[in-house]
Amino acid sequence: MTEVYFGSSYSRRNALRLMVAGAAGLAAPGLLGTPAFAQKAPAKPTGRIIVGLGQEPTVFNPLMAHIEVDDGVHFSVFDALFRIDPKGEIQPNLAVEVPNLKNGGISEDGLKWRIRLRDNVRWHDGKPFTAEDVKFTLELITNPNFRSWRTAGHALVRDITVISPTEITWRMEEAFAPYLSFLTETFIVPKHVLEKEANPNNAAFNQAPVGTGPFKWSQRVAGDHLELVANPDYFGEGPHIERLVFKYIPDLTVLYTQFKSGDVDLVGQPYITPDHCGEARGLPNRVVTLVPRASFESFYLNLERPQFKELAVREALYAAIDKESIIQGLYYGVPTPTETFMPRQSLYFNPKLPLHEFNLNRARQILDQAGWAPGRDGIRAKSGVLLSFANSTTSGDPLREQVQQFLQQTFAQLGVEMKISNLPAAVMWGEFWQQSKFDSVIVGSTYLIGADPDVTNRLHSRSIGAKGGRGSNNAQYSNPEVDALLDKGARSFDPEARRSIYHRVQELVRRDLPFLPLYQSNAVQGNKKGISGAVPNVNTRTESWNALAWYWAS
Amino acid sequence: MSGFLLNRFSQSIVLLVIVSMIGFTVLNFMPGGPLAQFGLDPGMTQKDIERLAEQLGLNRPLWIQYFDWAWRLVQGDWGHSFRDGAPVLAVIGRHLFATLLLMGTSTSLAIAIGSWIGIRSATHRYSLFDYCATVGAMVALSVPTFWFGLIGIYIFTLKLGWVPAGNMYTIGDGSVLDYLHHLILPSLVLSLVHVAIWSRYMRTATLDALSQDFVKTARAKGLSERRILLKHVVGNALLPMITLAGVQLPSILTGALVTETIFTWPGMGRLFLDSLGYSDYPMVMGLLIFSAILVVLGNLVADVLVAFVDPRIRLS
Repeated sequence: MTEVYFGSSYSRRNALRLMVAGAAGLAAPGLLGTPAFAQKAPAKPTGRIIVGLGQEPTVFNPLMAHIEVDDGVHFSVFDALFRIDPKGEIQPNLAVEVPNLKNGGISEDGLKWRIRLRDNVRWHDGKPFTAEDVKFTLELITNPNFRSWRTAGHALVRDITVISPTEITWRMEEAFAPYLSFLTETFIVPKHVLEKEANPNNAAFNQAPVGTGPFKWSQRVAGDHLELVANPDYFGEGPHIERLVFKYIPDLTVLYTQFKSGDVDLVGQPYITPDHCGEARGLPNRVVTLVPRASFESFYLNLERPQFKELAVREALYAAIDKESIIQGLYYGVPTPTETFMPRQSLYFNPKLPLHEFNLNRARQILDQAGWAPGRDGIRAKSGVLLSFANSTTSGDPLREQVQQFLQQTFAQLGVEMKISNLPAAVMWGEFWQQSKFDSVIVGSTYLIGADPDVTNRLHSRSIGAKGGRGSNNAQYSNPEVDALLDKGARSFDPEARRSIYHRVQELVRRDLPFLPLYQSNAVQGNKKGISGAVPNVNTRTESWNALAWYWAS
Repeated sequence: MSGFLLNRFSQSIVLLVIVSMIGFTVLNFMPGGPLAQFGLDPGMTQKDIERLAEQLGLNRPLWIQYFDWAWRLVQGDWGHSFRDGAPVLAVIGRHLFATLLLMGTSTSLAIAIGSWIGIRSATHRYSLFDYCATVGAMVALSVPTFWFGLIGIYIFTLKLGWVPAGNMYTIGDGSVLDYLHHLILPSLVLSLVHVAIWSRYMRTATLDALSQDFVKTARAKGLSERRILLKHVVGNALLPMITLAGVQLPSILTGALVTETIFTWPGMGRLFLDSLGYSDYPMVMGLLIFSAILVVLGNLVADVLVAFVDPRIRLS
């Protein structure tokens, strides 16, 4: 099974294949429920599915700055040129083919792009979708007055030319391979609706979007839920349900309770909390699965702090982390240990990285040999630098707080002092994080965009915000070899060449330890028995990326 | 009367200016800010964050931001939410109904039940009922509302299955009966504290009225206890309650922060919490001014009402 189909060629059989593909990547297959494979999608859209979310989707213009939870709405109401499948392969969506060097869609130097579009697509208001809409979308993103989301990649696009209603070309300022992946998250908006707006930031469209996607906007009860209805004229197969509802439930315990009581059909972000995982699996008529997410949790260091400059200290701290106890004892066995930021489902995942081993004696030896000697108070020091630091994470996250206390105790045995200093999310991830004002943090975040392995934004020395850089390399990691590899990788369109590049990057980062890898997270996803076609996709940020394929097995 | 109103009006303006200045300053000095929510996005660069800060006008000096905001407000422009660009007043409008429904119901319940308990406690002073009411009020006042909420959900939803686990209505239903069904638990939980407060105040006020000379006179001329209570005592006891109601009036529209979160109630309280969480400055400021205006109005209405009801008070 090498092919996965979407759009018009999407079928139940392929949905089935996808399901298996998703399951094959699962960390704990024993936790899988048994979806109703034998059922068939209904001939016409029927029924309703309510997705429970812990944050409220509020940004419906998919090009505006937004957060993960808005993605489910965007994927359902809009289409991008391409779609990324659970295996990380890019598939055509509004485009009829994925451009590459072979089919001439991308020129040899990677600078000239040509996209061919479907000619049978209509906006929800009946107007035809054309290349003009694509041009308008790409130009709106770089409009300086528009509060765009991500502009990386888009800022390189020049000379956008509409050849015909179904063909568009542009030139890139420099070769940038990840752009294809970026375009899977760039939803196309209607020119004929938005061009009339004086201020696109406050447009009426933003509150009642018009897309080409499988679901149309219906209504929203602010602070409570929003409802989408099936688009019967959708160009692909699906949707199979008549109504798709995103319901906002702010308290995570209540979110779980409403799943249990049946008010919610499917638990979306941030999913079921690990402490409810065991109980949830025992619920009647519910299917609870562990679904790998791309989010990577690490003990993240600020390498400009004198305590962390020396590799020996980072190695010793890593050896002193009892990962297995944290995962099994504190996280109910839900996450999967890892050595890298690359999700293990990625084509670029390096499986040969040295494995972490918890060994306090080794940690002590490393520090002793490096000359970090315990002082009178038992805390180690070297050349006037005390091995003492603060650790921060989002306050109000009881599991992470337990991890901190656990590590604090282990580190203390080592002669290392760790002070816990937590902050609310709205404070934590602002300047404190972006300008590297922390000593160390425990953070879970995604490193990739779509399935592209490019991590320039996170690991290139040019991306250090605190040093005026343009990215979010907040560990202030700087390794010239990694820089060169990242530059090379972003220019290369050859998957094989890129694979060796990013394997090497992972090797170097594992060696240098700018952050101490803990685990890759798994979402505890739950849905009512009878919901079919919900396939996890580690390459998107939402569980609702393929609501077009969902249906109730009768 | 007009002099009184004018005086109160000018006082209110000064109050609003002070409230808004303090609110604005505190909000802006809170580290993090509205762009912190994008701090973990793998694709948003530092450049993107700086661009957004520029577009939202966050790079300007604080006092310019304040005067810009205040000047627009004076002209009737409450600004737009940072999150989705929707007009602040429109967003408030969308959440008002839910809060009005919940708080209106629970406040009415609280006043009715609270007054009844208070009067009965006063007329049956030191009875078993009075003791129970006192202890009950103490418990209701000292246990946090969210605890009652969670216990309520546990018992009445998960164990007994009598009422829904929160939400304002069933998606796809939304009939009057459905709304009422969803209202029962949150409005009762919310009214607990207010029943406690009302019953205590009412008890004191009734006892006070009962000891007045006109009650003795009424008894002397042979009126039945029931008539005395209804005609002479309750009316007088309710007078100080008007002020209390005036103070509580704003909460009918500003909502309950925690209860709305637990019961998944899409009201103003939760809107405020969410807006604060995202550092949505225009939204938080809008809500702050909205509540401040309500507080001012509530007190004003109470003062005027008391004056109308009680001819002994002269407003001048």
